Amino acid sequence: MSDTLLALDGLTKAYPGVIANDDVSFSIGVGEVHALLGENGAGKSTLVKMIYGLVKPDAGKMTLHGDAYAPGRPSEARSLGVAMVFQHFSLFEALDVAENIALGMENPPKRRELAARIREVSNAYGLPLDPGRLVGELSAGERQRVEIIRCLLQNPRLLIMDEPTSVLTPQEVDILFGTLRKLSAEGTAILYISHKLDEIRALCDAATVLRRGKVVGTCVPRETTARDMAELMVGSTLHTPERRSTASEDVLLELRKVSLPAATPFGTSLHDISLSVHAGEVMGIGGVAGNGQDEFLSVLSGESLLAPGHIWVAGDDIGAQPPQTRRGIGVLAAPEERLGHAAAPDMSLVENALLTGSVRQKLAPNGFVNWSATRVFAEKVIADYDVRTPNADVAARALSGGNLQKFVIGREILQAPRVLVVNQPTWGVDAAAAASIRQALLDLAEQGAAVIVISQDLDELMEIADRFAALNGGRLTDPRPTQGLTIDEIGLMMGGAHDMEVAHAAQ
Amino acid sequence: MAGISIELLLASLMVAATPILFAALGEMVVEKSGVLNLGVEGMMITGAICGFAVAVETGSPTLGFIGAALGGAGLSLIFAFLTQVLLSNQVATGLALTLFGLGFSALIGQGYVGIKPPATPDINFGAVSDIPFIGPVLLSHDVLVYLAIAMTAGVWAFLKFTRAGLILRAVGESHDAAHALGYKVVLIRSAAIVFGGALAGLGGAYVSLVRVPQWTEGMTAGAGWIALALVVFGAWRPWRVLLGAYLFGGITVLQLNLQAAGVRVPVELLSISPYLVTILVLVIMSSDRRRVAMNAPAALGRVFHASS
Repeated sequence: MSDTLLALDGLTKAYPGVIANDDVSFSIGVGEVHALLGENGAGKSTLVKMIYGLVKPDAGKMTLHGDAYAPGRPSEARSLGVAMVFQHFSLFEALDVAENIALGMENPPKRRELAARIREVSNAYGLPLDPGRLVGELSAGERQRVEIIRCLLQNPRLLIMDEPTSVLTPQEVDILFGTLRKLSAEGTAILYISHKLDEIRALCDAATVLRRGKVVGTCVPRETTARDMAELMVGSTLHTPERRSTASEDVLLELRKVSLPAATPFGTSLHDISLSVHAGEVMGIGGVAGNGQDEFLSVLSGESLLAPGHIWVAGDDIGAQPPQTRRGIGVLAAPEERLGHAAAPDMSLVENALLTGSVRQKLAPNGFVNWSATRVFAEKVIADYDVRTPNADVAARALSGGNLQKFVIGREILQAPRVLVVNQPTWGVDAAAAASIRQALLDLAEQGAAVIVISQDLDELMEIADRFAALNGGRLTDPRPTQGLTIDEIGLMMGGAHDMEVAHAAQ
Repeated sequence: MAGISIELLLASLMVAATPILFAALGEMVVEKSGVLNLGVEGMMITGAICGFAVAVETGSPTLGFIGAALGGAGLSLIFAFLTQVLLSNQVATGLALTLFGLGFSALIGQGYVGIKPPATPDINFGAVSDIPFIGPVLLSHDVLVYLAIAMTAGVWAFLKFTRAGLILRAVGESHDAAHALGYKVVLIRSAAIVFGGALAGLGGAYVSLVRVPQWTEGMTAGAGWIALALVVFGAWRPWRVLLGAYLFGGITVLQLNLQAAGVRVPVELLSISPYLVTILVLVIMSSDRRRVAMNAPAALGRVFHASS
């Protein structure tokens, strides 16, 4: 690690009202796997955008291989050997794999040549890809392969990976790590952004920790415990939610052979889902994104209606009831997409509180809105769930993702639901707030509600769920108690590695 | 029905379809880049008067058509500036563009009412055009009819085979992803808008210089709206847009012929038949929402702002 590939010196970037990066300095050696750690909003994304030429720093300089490095555009960064795999995929669903890869290259070869190179490189690194397939038809893991292959075809010297494992099954993570180790051995440096500490300990040679835009520490992940790193990230001690199993014998929610055809070409159909959730139980639903999570939630919330007889809550048949009726009997839901689905972006928090709370909180008796009661309800959500906002009249759009998430979850929990369905309850929320949301879900179950938590975060599900089932291509596996469940078993429930082993065997 | 000659019908069908084919092709490219420009009617009528005025003043139909393309492109530049730079709403801006174009053309056209423009000659194919049926139907037209067909092929090849076409489609699919890869979304979209404006202008001039040929206020009479519908009808595919344009042209010509032949159907009903058929076909086409969603550019009509 003596050869320095990229050195950052005093990088600073300010946006109106917030300093995203403040005097950030560190360096990455040739072939080094360097972790960048930090909470959401710590400034990791801004930092890598500066390295990739998407954002210009206000101050500070970078050197690449000893030469001054100040990319004005991503294409300049790419031509100097800096490649990036994005957190939210920068892919085009309606275009095929080869077209997507060609778009990310400076001088792509002819299509036939390119297709041959995609096959060659993807097999060499154990990430098989068919160049002719539409990206919209690929799984999340396969989409990521497209991004990685796009980078590898340009022989990068530095590969930036922004939260690469958040959408992968454990088996796919193993394969990815194999690929990254191989790249590192060949001399490609990797800047690895994640907040999954176990992965960083398994993979990375060095780590830099950011908090509120500043470097607050560096460590060697292999020699540091995950807890120490987490506390370095958060800057305070972490509380682990207390879990008490409170599941009773009474079935509160029952799904009987629920099927739903896909609404869009790239959506997922649900097939024959049957499930019983007991009062006081937390049911964890895992699975790689895009395997029917959104559809599953929409069936329970009432956005997608079924024929009568498929969904029962304590003896009531609600399969054909619209959302407001379901809210009336205590079936509430908090979808994953915060802006535009869980909350109306341009409406104030008071108005957003009314949108789902009007039935149970009786905020609009006789068709007229009781604004003062609505405001009281919104302010209670804000106070109880530590939503950081100047006041309740702020538009939902203006809140940070984590704060809005706290508001959305709090709004549903405070309505005392009998059945609560949440999708990705702690996505994008910092560790301390995530812990408090999880605690609130556990408390709700303790009071006798049936809670269904859909999440990509397996650690979260293992922490709070009594039983676990996985969605896989719109089918739900048989639920199993979380106690004693191993990560390998979970991986198999989630559908394994989507035929990725085959390519490895062929090596 | 005896008074209708199939030969003449097919020949005039190609002429009737040419203006909307031009406009629809241009709009298709615009929509492929993710922009919805509802100002097609306004750009067509502006092209119609610009082309007419230039042709009358210079005596050259060729210069007239060039002027028409420039006129349409100029008007579309306003749209590009408003929607791409000032981030105004595309639907409202497009509607305003149509209203502006109608008024603006009427203003310029005041001195040109009742004048006959220089004639646009048909191409002489020599002896080949004497082949029965094929000759009169396919080989008896002016150069713009063939240019429209060539343009269809050109747009098809551009979108399918060239890198620039791929980038254009990518921008229309996801402007955020395209921006993250370093493509200039605003520039690419503006170029597409100007191309669309130029083609709409050409289509408009074809109405005023060849099809009618004279200038009357509002003479495009909704052709721009039909062109917009054709893009959806053709599912954003050039050859299907061509098919749609010829189908529509065919119905227009047929109803004129039926009227001339004295068929006992109210004239009003015949006049609205092309529009009724368009609506009918659109409804049938869009009933399969999976397929329509597949072909529509995913970022169509969405405002792009590089926030990061």
